Amino acid sequence: MHRDYDVAVVGGGLLGSAIAWGLGRLGKKVAVLDEGDLARRASRANFALVWVQSKGLGLPAYTVWTVRASQTWGKLASELKEQTGLDVCLQQNGGFHLTLGDDEFEQRGQLVTRMHNQAGSADYNMEMLSASDVKKMLPLIGPEVSGGSFCPFDGHVNSLRTLRAFHTGFAHFAVDYLPEQAVSAIARDGGEFRLTTAKGEVRAGKVVLAAGNANQTLAPMVGLYAPMGPTRGQIVVTERTAPFMPHPLDTVRQTDEGTVMIGDSREDALDERAPKHSINAVMADRAQRMFPHLARLNVIRAWAGIRVMPQDGFPIYERSETHPGAFVACCHSGVTLAPNHAFEVARMVAAGALEPELVGAFSARRFAAAGTATSGYY
Amino acid sequence: MFKRSDKDKRPTVQIFVDGVAVATREGDTVSAALLASGRDVRRATAVSGAARLPYCMMGVCFDCLVTIDGVGNRQGCLVPVAEGMQVEIQKGKREIGR
Repeated sequence: MHRDYDVAVVGGGLLGSAIAWGLGRLGKKVAVLDEGDLARRASRANFALVWVQSKGLGLPAYTVWTVRASQTWGKLASELKEQTGLDVCLQQNGGFHLTLGDDEFEQRGQLVTRMHNQAGSADYNMEMLSASDVKKMLPLIGPEVSGGSFCPFDGHVNSLRTLRAFHTGFAHFAVDYLPEQAVSAIARDGGEFRLTTAKGEVRAGKVVLAAGNANQTLAPMVGLYAPMGPTRGQIVVTERTAPFMPHPLDTVRQTDEGTVMIGDSREDALDERAPKHSINAVMADRAQRMFPHLARLNVIRAWAGIRVMPQDGFPIYERSETHPGAFVACCHSGVTLAPNHAFEVARMVAAGALEPELVGAFSARRFAAAGTATSGYY
Repeated sequence: MFKRSDKDKRPTVQIFVDGVAVATREGDTVSAALLASGRDVRRATAVSGAARLPYCMMGVCFDCLVTIDGVGNRQGCLVPVAEGMQVEIQKGKREIGR
């Protein structure tokens, strides 16, 4: 029987690209089926943090999974550099969440305590620092900063270049990138999957659904369940300035090329295309209270994007019982978790089974047990 | 490279370019004055450091970015010269707080 590919990955964003690159690295013949340029691409709208702190409240396994990714990012960055020549500018010297005023400082301290007290979590050394201690590491903070939490595992990366590096890497592996091929139907036929796309049919031995929020509609085609709860977010970008932030914040970071990104709002209304200025105003105001020098910089860009977000905020990795060879992968943190997807999830897909000790906690079966937790992230 | 027209009778305005006095004419933009000065007024871009001169002269290309009176990333082609103005050729990114 003719079969085009070992694996078809549905979705060419950071998650699908990481898994496809990882499968290519293992010698698999892979097709990446992607939408066109008009798709709502979270991979091109994100904030680019490699972030650990505050994640995993309510699901200790998520802290373990996240710390693992943080500790493997260097390996991914160096493999991509070696293969493609592209430097993704990974910086992992710790990051901050800053607080304005006493109330925010106290609330953040309570969160840090709850994280420390959660059994089964990886200890990621998140700690509260006073304003004077923060100032030693971020000298340009303003007088309203009451302190903040610091985690030495946190960092950031150039996420656009990371996506580009994966795609450049495809050409070195047996990975075909097929744009303008949104998948409308998936059928299992004999020992293979037939995927109906806008440009015809693609046949593969396995299928990985990595289509972001669209996984919700694709998953039932192969007996899987992926409840999603997307949110909208806005980002404001300033002109380039000489480096002044030695560490990223969860809401403000300076990129490797000098622009300052200010995030990141969260809205439930998804259909607004244009950024809302009233939201940008609040984000910019908070950012310049944290770093008063920002007030002098010109804003050069602002955009809105749709977050990929499983309903409870935690990742979903599942293998289909009814359609052997079909997998679904959903997560919010496609940047942070990229090394796990490239190395671990790709290996599991190639082997045909997920490893419960690594990803068992992220089964969609948890949604059957009512209202347990949220990620504490959004 | 550029030579002022002999017919240009506009009054002189003195500005300072990297601390050196330069005679310009009333109504010049900073970019025009820099180009007419005969000095090496090439800036360095923010990321690669490539050399650039004012190009479009109409506010579009942003290749004329310059520090004027202590404020970085000004578009020199959109700012008229003024007596005593301090202009610095910007080498690389704008500095924070400038």
